[in-house]
Amino acid sequence: MIQQRSKIAKFQSLIALLLMCVVLSLLSDKFLTFANGWNVLRQISVNVCISVGMTLVILTAGIDLSVGSILAFSGAIAAGLLKFGIALPTYDLYIGFTLLGALLAGTLVGAALGTFNGFVITKFKVPPFVATLAMLTIARGFTMLWTKGYPISSLGKEFSFIGTGWFLGIPVLVWIAAIVVLLATILTNRTAFGKYIYAIGGNESAAKLSGININSVKIWVYALAGILAAVGGIMVTSRLNSAQPNAGLSYELDSIAAVVIGGTSLAGGRGTIIGTVLGAMIIGVLNNGLVLMDVSPFWQQVVKGVVILLAVIIDKANHKEE
Amino acid sequence: MLEALNITKKFAGVTALNAVNLRLMPGKVTAIIGENGAGKSTLMKILSGVYPDYEGKIVYKGQEVHFANPREAQHGGIAIIHQELNLIPDLSIFENIYLGRELTDQWGFVDRKAMRSNTQQLLERLKLNVSPNSLINELKVGQQQVVEIAKALLTDADVLIMDEPTSAISEQEVDVLFGIIEALRDEGKTIVYISHKLDELFKIADAYIVMRDGCVMESGEMGDVDHDGLINKMVGREIQLLGQAHRAVGEEVLLSVEGMSLQDTRIKQNLIVDHVSFQLRRGEILGLFGLMGAGRTELLETIVGMHHARRSGTVWMEERTLHLKSPQQAIREGIVLVPEDRKKNGLVLNLDIKTNVSLSRLSEVTELGFINRKKDLELARQYVDSLKIKCSSPMQQTKNLSGGNQQKVVLARCLVTKPRVLLLDEPTRGIDPHAKNEIYKLIVSLAEKGMSIVVVSSELPEILGLSDRVMVMCEGKLTATFQAHEANEDNVLRAAIPKTI
Repeated sequence: MIQQRSKIAKFQSLIALLLMCVVLSLLSDKFLTFANGWNVLRQISVNVCISVGMTLVILTAGIDLSVGSILAFSGAIAAGLLKFGIALPTYDLYIGFTLLGALLAGTLVGAALGTFNGFVITKFKVPPFVATLAMLTIARGFTMLWTKGYPISSLGKEFSFIGTGWFLGIPVLVWIAAIVVLLATILTNRTAFGKYIYAIGGNESAAKLSGININSVKIWVYALAGILAAVGGIMVTSRLNSAQPNAGLSYELDSIAAVVIGGTSLAGGRGTIIGTVLGAMIIGVLNNGLVLMDVSPFWQQVVKGVVILLAVIIDKANHKEE
Repeated sequence: MLEALNITKKFAGVTALNAVNLRLMPGKVTAIIGENGAGKSTLMKILSGVYPDYEGKIVYKGQEVHFANPREAQHGGIAIIHQELNLIPDLSIFENIYLGRELTDQWGFVDRKAMRSNTQQLLERLKLNVSPNSLINELKVGQQQVVEIAKALLTDADVLIMDEPTSAISEQEVDVLFGIIEALRDEGKTIVYISHKLDELFKIADAYIVMRDGCVMESGEMGDVDHDGLINKMVGREIQLLGQAHRAVGEEVLLSVEGMSLQDTRIKQNLIVDHVSFQLRRGEILGLFGLMGAGRTELLETIVGMHHARRSGTVWMEERTLHLKSPQQAIREGIVLVPEDRKKNGLVLNLDIKTNVSLSRLSEVTELGFINRKKDLELARQYVDSLKIKCSSPMQQTKNLSGGNQQKVVLARCLVTKPRVLLLDEPTRGIDPHAKNEIYKLIVSLAEKGMSIVVVSSELPEILGLSDRVMVMCEGKLTATFQAHEANEDNVLRAAIPKTI
């Protein structure tokens, strides 16, 4: 019965999304066009990537506030290495980076910072909120140090293909987001690791007594969140063909919003990747529609907040007996 | 005093109560009995305002009433002690007892002094020897239950509903509780007492009401029925109570524990488990009895590698020393703990039966990194069948199962790991007699297949009926060990009660 109801609940966000699309296409003739459709999907692709990582973290009853900063730092690392490489004058050494090398390095930085988050949270029992809040400022500080506060721009055609190019009639950004979503869906549904994530969020002490290595699962989850933030960072940097030191500012909030609107419980143990994708789409369509209708950006923020509240209230009603 | 007429309650289409009529008299203790899922708790939650929407009517003190929430019912004088504890772990005892009805002084500030001293009196009346300032999370489950009772007594209720109040407390505390109940009854209070422990009901109850499948089947005076008659009325079929197990157990020692100690979290000199040594033979059922706070649960926890920073002592398995630091390692060595509180430590309630069962052994059903769903389902189905878990399918969420079936899911999850040593902490707490019997049979059959089992229980008949050997703990120490034929209620209890009070 409850499963049935949660199926309906899953449809609720889909229905809400479709309803929004219908209303917006009636209100604006620019909304329901192919160009705008791809535009929206490209805009949300970064948030989708980050939010997938955020979903995994929140499923374990954690939170990751550092994704926006990790995004900026990873993007800046990739851009800096690609453009300048590493010069060590004392040893008379210069290391240049290929595109792939720079992307890999950026992703590794994201993985390292995420792993550090997980390590602090599990070994020193620092609450995730605090640990990742610290990382939020640490990674932002590193970004400023690395970029000296200036954007790193003109990164070449090859690099900007990721953010602006098309492949088989679909934007590359959308391909990346789709692949991330697919892999994460398989991970959560079909692997032991995925079940452990749900078990830890649902009842950590039962999971522990079941012989699950809680710490290792959690460290992996934060590492994945870091990797996905780095992927997001590369996407953002490539789209602008420039690494901005203040990129990804407050992205963690949009990401948490997408997860919550998608029906994932902040208490952990309940939620789906596909729900988060719908959540990100709802936010994306809303932003896009309000812009098309010339609504003041200040009002856009108010509307977004109201939508988050509505989503959570509806979700609560669906899970009343909890 | 309190009368319920034609009460019907449905949960999302499923009828939990079907036209129930009930009449409670002042100055009497009325026992409500029935298997889990019979509707007892639902009925009590309606009477105490927890479920405000139902069909039918409630007449209280001659007037029709409809309580919108527990607060209204409390003001009306109906208090309930729920089966699940409803205390706030980080607040002290007196803060919990006065929660929502704090005493204030003339300035409107909370009068901590008065609340503390009133609480002290209440605790003394209940013979709970702890400070009113103690935090709830410092207390054992049994002590928490006593606090829960104190909370209900404070409201000065006319009707007091107790839902399984003794499921977590020792027999000594049960006697104290019964003394209190008798005193309250003599004051003319109406008392409803729900319990699976029939022996208790014969001691304390005046009248009985039998419920089954959401209906009241029968009611009458306690004096007119006997033990077996009552059981037959409950289950509607004959059930067989477990006889004393007299099985031949070999001499081969499988698990050996020596000098196991566990320090208190704050006061390091205090040992919660105090140099306990024992041996467990292959195929043996070792009963472990003790009053609350005796350190039974903690002993089992230290054996599976929990609290390793505060632990000292050695565990051998077949002459090999184990250095266990987590339940994960213990499972790898073939030692698994079935925890006391299944909802808190045993199950992931949000997940289905299938996932809960295979959680410890997902690697076995994983192929090339992916879970083979067919194998996973097969594994679960195998245990659902062999343990007779009543469910619509292995995909059913565990939170919708009855207590007995939830316990079986936890057992299944532990058995999937193919353990050689099974540590059972209160395996039948709060479950109905029928499911209890099934679990007893399962324990015996596992032992017969060569599994070594430790059963911790607060119920003496359970310990005496099940064990090949009985071990008794008191204040962290091992105080006695009996062979099954030497053990009886008297000598076991004697060993469990502290010498100095």
